[in-house]
This record gives sequence, structure tokens and C-alpha cells, in this order.
Amino acid sequence: MISRTKLGLPFILGAGVLLALVLPLLNAHGVVSDFTLNLWGKYLCYALLAISVDLLWGYTGLLSLGQALFFSLGGYMIGMHLMLMIGDLGVYAQAGKNPHGLPDFMIFLGHTFLPSFWRPFYSFAFSVFMVLALPGLLASIFGYLAFRSRIKGVYFSILTQALTYGAALMFFRNDLLMGGNNGFTDFKRILGHPILSTETQRGLFVATAVALTFVVLGCRWLSGTKFGLVQRAIRDGENRVLFSGYASAHYKLFVFVLSSVIAAIGGALYVPQVGIINPSEMTPDKSLEAVVWVAVGGRGTLIGPVIGAVSVNALKSWATRAFPDLWLIIIGVLFIVVVLFLPGGIVSIPGRLAAFWSRFRKPEPEEQALPETASRNASADPVSRTS
Amino acid sequence: MAGSDAEKIRLIQSLALEPDADTPRLLDAWREDALYVFQGSAGHPIPVQLTGEKDERDAQVAVVVETGKALNDAHGAPLRLVGSDLTAVEHDAKLRRTMKEVLDTLELAAPDPKKRVDAVQAIGFAQNFEKLPALQVRFSRETNPEVRRAMEEAIALIQLKAPDDVVKLQALGELRGLHTLASFDFVRAALREAEAAKKTAVAKAAAVALSAIEQHKSAVNFFGTIFRGLSLGSILLVVALGLAITFGLMKVINMAHGEMVAVGAYTTYLVQNLFGGGVALSPLGFSLSIPGLQATGWRYDAYFIVALPLSFLSAAVVGIALERTVIRFLYRRPLESLLATWGVSLVLQQAFRLIFGANNVQVYSPAFLSGNWTVNDILFGWNRVFVIGFAGAVVFGTWLILTRTPLGLLIRAVMQNRSMASCMGVRTERVNMLTFGLGSGLAGLAGAFLSQIGNVGPSLGQSYIVDCFMTVVVGGVGNLAGTVISAFGIGLADQSLQQILLNPVLGKILVLVCIILFLQWRPAGIFVTRSRNLDE
Repeated sequence: MISRTKLGLPFILGAGVLLALVLPLLNAHGVVSDFTLNLWGKYLCYALLAISVDLLWGYTGLLSLGQALFFSLGGYMIGMHLMLMIGDLGVYAQAGKNPHGLPDFMIFLGHTFLPSFWRPFYSFAFSVFMVLALPGLLASIFGYLAFRSRIKGVYFSILTQALTYGAALMFFRNDLLMGGNNGFTDFKRILGHPILSTETQRGLFVATAVALTFVVLGCRWLSGTKFGLVQRAIRDGENRVLFSGYASAHYKLFVFVLSSVIAAIGGALYVPQVGIINPSEMTPDKSLEAVVWVAVGGRGTLIGPVIGAVSVNALKSWATRAFPDLWLIIIGVLFIVVVLFLPGGIVSIPGRLAAFWSRFRKPEPEEQALPETASRNASADPVSRTS
Repeated sequence: MAGSDAEKIRLIQSLALEPDADTPRLLDAWREDALYVFQGSAGHPIPVQLTGEKDERDAQVAVVVETGKALNDAHGAPLRLVGSDLTAVEHDAKLRRTMKEVLDTLELAAPDPKKRVDAVQAIGFAQNFEKLPALQVRFSRETNPEVRRAMEEAIALIQLKAPDDVVKLQALGELRGLHTLASFDFVRAALREAEAAKKTAVAKAAAVALSAIEQHKSAVNFFGTIFRGLSLGSILLVVALGLAITFGLMKVINMAHGEMVAVGAYTTYLVQNLFGGGVALSPLGFSLSIPGLQATGWRYDAYFIVALPLSFLSAAVVGIALERTVIRFLYRRPLESLLATWGVSLVLQQAFRLIFGANNVQVYSPAFLSGNWTVNDILFGWNRVFVIGFAGAVVFGTWLILTRTPLGLLIRAVMQNRSMASCMGVRTERVNMLTFGLGSGLAGLAGAFLSQIGNVGPSLGQSYIVDCFMTVVVGGVGNLAGTVISAFGIGLADQSLQQILLNPVLGKILVLVCIILFLQWRPAGIFVTRSRNLDE
């Protein structure tokens, strides 16, 4: 049972402190460059997205290809606030052609007044509320419809993929007034601070690290409760859970909404650090990428998605620079190899190595027991159970 | 070609009544300053045109207009003249206008009926009353029914401008009978004019004609939409049919299906170039060039017939290789087949980029697939008609294979219960391989097909993959008839919503919403495969 072998509290807190305190301090003293810190900030946001995938896929057996949608929705909500905060620093405002404080792209499209649904986003608090509320609302509507009619397995994946695809098509349109193709970019200020300054970026990094630590702690707690038990039971045999009298649809809906909110938090932290959000972030491909991080890291664990998101993205950053022509092939082959030969992901490597070593250490008497240890290993691994 | 301006105009106009093959050419030359006057030795001017290659002095051979022969100098050798040394024959705005009119009228007598129709329409849309007599004269001589129809329309359109109400009424009656789409704006203008002038009879006739045209227009739109919906449905069907086998029957979520389609499309591209000028590829720095057959005409067009089976085979081979190396390990883990095949799709896409370049490649439609067929103003593109027919043939063929051959029997047995089939002595490994090969091959056929309709590029398959999965899911997994119905349903819904909303993207989004709602009502698709297994 994977949750019993879960990470110790000290380890999580230690890693959290390392990320949220030590790394920024090193950056302030010039040991870690701004670029590296920013890159890691991005990876940690991706880690939040990966955890949201894992919560659904690794713990509940629902493979959602719509997490990139929630991630970018969160980003868009904070992006609207940041667009309004540009204010008099915008290109049109500098030229004195923006009396009503519209975002530049709207003036470019020929609008003269701010549409009413943009107005509340002047308030930071409202924007943060919307970061949580809009993806949560969308997830509850979609989840209610999907789980009510018992759509599961592959069908759930395909439907969430279609949802993401449809939303991306919608955000690509200019008349949604969400920036169309180019999305939001060229932000200037956040909470009154210049967004590109080192201090602000460091603050955002700390916020991301803290958020990630809390999310990991929260998920760890959740998986230890009875709720977590039912959640994993749904993954391993939904019909038995149903027949035992649990309304599995309600559990699934709750997990779906929770994970969409986690993804949205990741997106909201991602946008100010990267400085751009556009509809290409919410294509089904991006969701699949997040699923792959989880698969590479190790699903059904809490540390797996974080390791996967960081390592695959670090590999990607390196490969796109080193082999611009071949990096897609490298990544593609990596996915195939992981799925075929390492279904437990990176986190399962130590266990496998241990099993491998024990074969050398006690050769003769353990011969009989070996397949059994292997199978015990495999059954501890949720992968082999979900079919 | 001398005399006063008025005389010149009269002379030019008289040319319209005695058509000569050379007249349009010469008038064109005159208008474009390419007709020159050469002061001959005898002192009288000779009109010439300069033709042939320019030499180093920019000089060309001069051709005497009247005889059509080269102008010789005193020794009998052809004279070479430079254009800038000569005086071009003069013309002013009035003359040019007259010439243009004469040219238009001459076009009416052009031997090609299509050119005649174009000329007639140009005259009709200009509503120039002076052209009416010439048009009526030509109308009495015209035999081609298509041109006659165009002439009737043009005459009626010109008559709309007539001062006499009786003529106008007659013209409107004519237009009402013809109800051509092009006359819509003119009739509306006439209606406004009549209303402004308080001529009730004319206004009434114009309103009647207008509604007749509108009715015709909506009928054309309706049938056009149905036709486009059917052809879109056929495309979806052909692309989704392979998926209905790999996903529907084998339960493998093949995200690389789109790339199988692209394999077929690129095969068509290669075959086309082998029939034509040859191929030059440079994958990973190696350069590879294969000479082509240099075929032209119908031999070149035949490439498509050759490309169809080859694209099936090539995609089937790639599919079988994929099945042997990756998918056979994943039959018990469908969700993971999604991830692995997505990796395969990334690899294949990048391979296409490396081999064929990141840009789209050009595939030319053979002559028998390009061109249109217009029936009653509804446009039927040959390639789209072909798509519909081909989809029918492919579905029928697949049905035959699955239900009427020993292989089909084995396929159905293995897909229903792999272990039981294995116990009965079926070589399930082999059947899996062949089934996946069949599904991929069908995708390849679809690729050959899409190359005739849209662009062929590395991400060709990506644009269809979501639609395809939706088609199969809506149809009911493991059911060919369901796939057929859902493909046509989605195609028709998409096209009609586009027509209603006048916005392709919004239509597409609405279709996705409809599909999600439809699955609320029937979660397992149109046709449900009943089973006692709880987990199916």
C-alpha cells in the first residue's frame, strides 16, 4: 500500500524549508542566479499541476486530460488583474490614447470601454477568489455531468480532452475579449511592485514553494483519512465501492474539483513568473505532458509528480538547447521507455535496485522467494492494478 | 486609321460588327502602347508591332500589321527596331473606352462558351443600355443553352434600367423565372428605386422576383450545407474508421493514429513525385534523391490510383511495427497505451519534420478530382463527391472483411475474449498484429484522401485526432454502424451550425458541447455493446 510508505513529515518540511528559505537566500547572496531561480519557480508551478493530475490519476484512477485547462484558467484570472494593473504604463496609455484604462489589446481591437466582466478584476482579492472559483465551478459542472452518467476510464479522458480542446478554441477567438491568440503579456506591476524586479520574482518563488509545500502536506493528510481510503478503493475496484454503499460519484466529484483548484493555483503562480499566458497553454497536448511528468516521476505517490515535473522539464530545457532538432524524439522515446519498462516511475527505482541487489546477496535460498518479492513490489505499485 | 477623333471612334465601333480574329489582339496592343508607327522609306507611315527576342540594343523584329510579315529593310533582311525610337500610335481616354467596349462585345463572339458567359455577365452587371442591341443580336444567334441563359439574365438586368415601366415589369418577370443568385442585388436596387418613385406595380413585381430569388438562395444554401456536411462526415468517417478498429475493437487508445494518417498522406506525396519530377530529401544531413518517371497527362494523374494501395500498405507496416514493439505489452493497460502512443506520435511527428521539412508539402489533385460540377447553383467539388463515394466503399470493404472473411471471424473472436480465443487455438498474437495493421492501414488510406483536400504537414494528424475519438465514442465503441452514423451526424451538425451561427469556431465548440450532453443521455454511445461484465 503506497500510502503507508509515504514520505515522512520531516522530509517534506525539510524540502519545503530548503525551497522556500534556503534557495531564495542563496539567490539574494548571488550564489544562485536569478535565471535559475525563475526556472525553478516555473518547475514548481508545473509540480503543482502534476500533483493535481496525480491526485486524480494516481489516487482515484481518473485520467483527466483537462488539467492544463484549469491551470491556464487560473493563470488567465490572475492575468486579467495584471493586465488592469499595467494602467498608465501601457503602450497606448503612454501615447495618451487610453483614457479609460483599457488593456492594450482591447484598444487595438477598437473597444473604448472596459467590458463589465473585467471591472471587478481591479481588486486583487477578487482575482484570487476567481482563480479558485472559476476552475472549481467549471470542474463541478463538468464533473457532475460526467460522473452522474458514470463516464469513466478512457471515456473520461477523451471527454476532458474534448473540453480542453473546445475551451482552447474559444480562447483563441478575439471576441471573447481575453486577448485571443496572443493572450496576456507585458505585465508591469503586481500588488504595487514592479513585476520584473529580482525582489518580486524572489517573493513569487517563495510563494510558489510555500504553496507547493502546503499542497503536498494537505494531500498527505487527505490520503491518510478515510476519504483517502475510499478514494484509492475507487481506483482499485469502483464497483465494489458502489456495492458497499458509497456514492462513488460524490467522492470523484470532490477530488476532481479539488485537483482543478490545485492546478489553478499552480497556473496563477505561473503567469506572473513567466510573464505570459495564451491559449496554447490549454491545449490537450499540455495536459498530456503533465500526465507524462506524473508517469515519469511515479504515480500514486506524492513526491513522484514533483520529481517528474522538475526532472522532465529540466531535461526539456536542456534538450531544447542542446538538440533543437531531436529533443521531441528524446522526450517521446523517454515516455515510451518509462511506460514500458518503468511503470512505477523514478520513485520506484530504489525499490527495484534493492530487489536487484538482494538477488546477488542471497543467491540460493531466496530463489523461491524472489518472484514473490517481485510480485509484492508490483502489487504495492498501483500501476499494475489499474487496468 | 487617321482622321478626326469622332471618325476614329466610329471606325473602332464598326469593328465590333465585323469580328476578325486579329482585332482583339491589335486593340489590346494599341491600348498598351505596343502598336508603333514606322516612317517607311516612301514617306508613308507603316503600323508595326515589335515581337521576338530582344537583342543587346533592346531591338526586336518589327511585324507589319496589315500583312503579318516581318518588315524588311532595303536589302531584304528583317529590320530590327527599338521600341523607344518609334512613336506609339496615339490614343486618348475616350478612344480607350471605346476600345474596351468593342473588346467586350467581341468577347461575346469568342469561340469558348465559358468566355462568352463571362463576357455576357460583365455586360449584364454593368447594366449598360447601349450594349443591349449587340446583346440581342448575339442572343438570336446563340445556340449554347448555358450562354443563352446568361444572356437572358443580362438582357433582363439591362432592361431593369429601361425608362419604360412595361419593359421593366417584363424584365422582372424574366428575372423571377431565372432566379439567379447574382441578380439579387440588382433586383433589390430596382425595388428601392420603384418604392422611391411610388411605382406600385413595379415595386410589387420586384418584391415577387426578390422573394423568388431568396427562396432559391435558401434552397441552395440548404442543399449546399447538406452536401458539405456529408463530405465532412465522410472525411471524419474515413479517418475514424481505423480508430474504430484500433480503439473500438482492440481498446488501444492510439494517440499515434493521426500520425498513421500522416504516413499515408506522405506516401501519396512520395508516389506523386516519383511519377513526376522525382524526390529530393535530406533527413539528418544525408541527402537522398530519387529520379522520377517524368510522366505527364493521364499517366501522371494515375499516380493517385497507385498511391491508394501503397498508402494503405505503408501505414499498415508502420502500425504493425508499432504493435510489435510497443502496444503488445499494453493490452491490459489501456490508459498507459495512451501515454506510450503519445510518445510515439511525438517521435513520428519529429521524424516527418526531419525527413520532409517542417513546412507543408504540396500534393496536386489529379485532373479527374479537381473541378466542380454545378447543378442549379449548388457547387459540387469533384474531390468532395469522391470523398463521399470513397467513404462508402471503404466502409463496405471493412464490413466485408470483418463479417465475411475467416480473418474477420478471428478478429471478432479475439477482441471479444482474448483468453478464450487463445484457449480455442487462435493465434491471438498474430490476430492482434493483423488487426492493428488493418486499423493503421485504414488510417493511411484516409491520409491519401486528406492529401486531396487539405495541406499535408507534420501535424496533419493532430488536427483530426480529437474529432476522431469523439466520433468513435459517440458511435458506441466496437460498433461500425455507430461510427458511420455518428460521423455523418457530427459532420452535418457542424456544417449546419456553422451556417446558422456564421462562425466556424463557435459551431465547432457547440458541437463539442452537444456531444458532452449527448453522452449524458447515452453514456455508451449510439449503439451499446451489451455485456455481463461489470467493468465494460
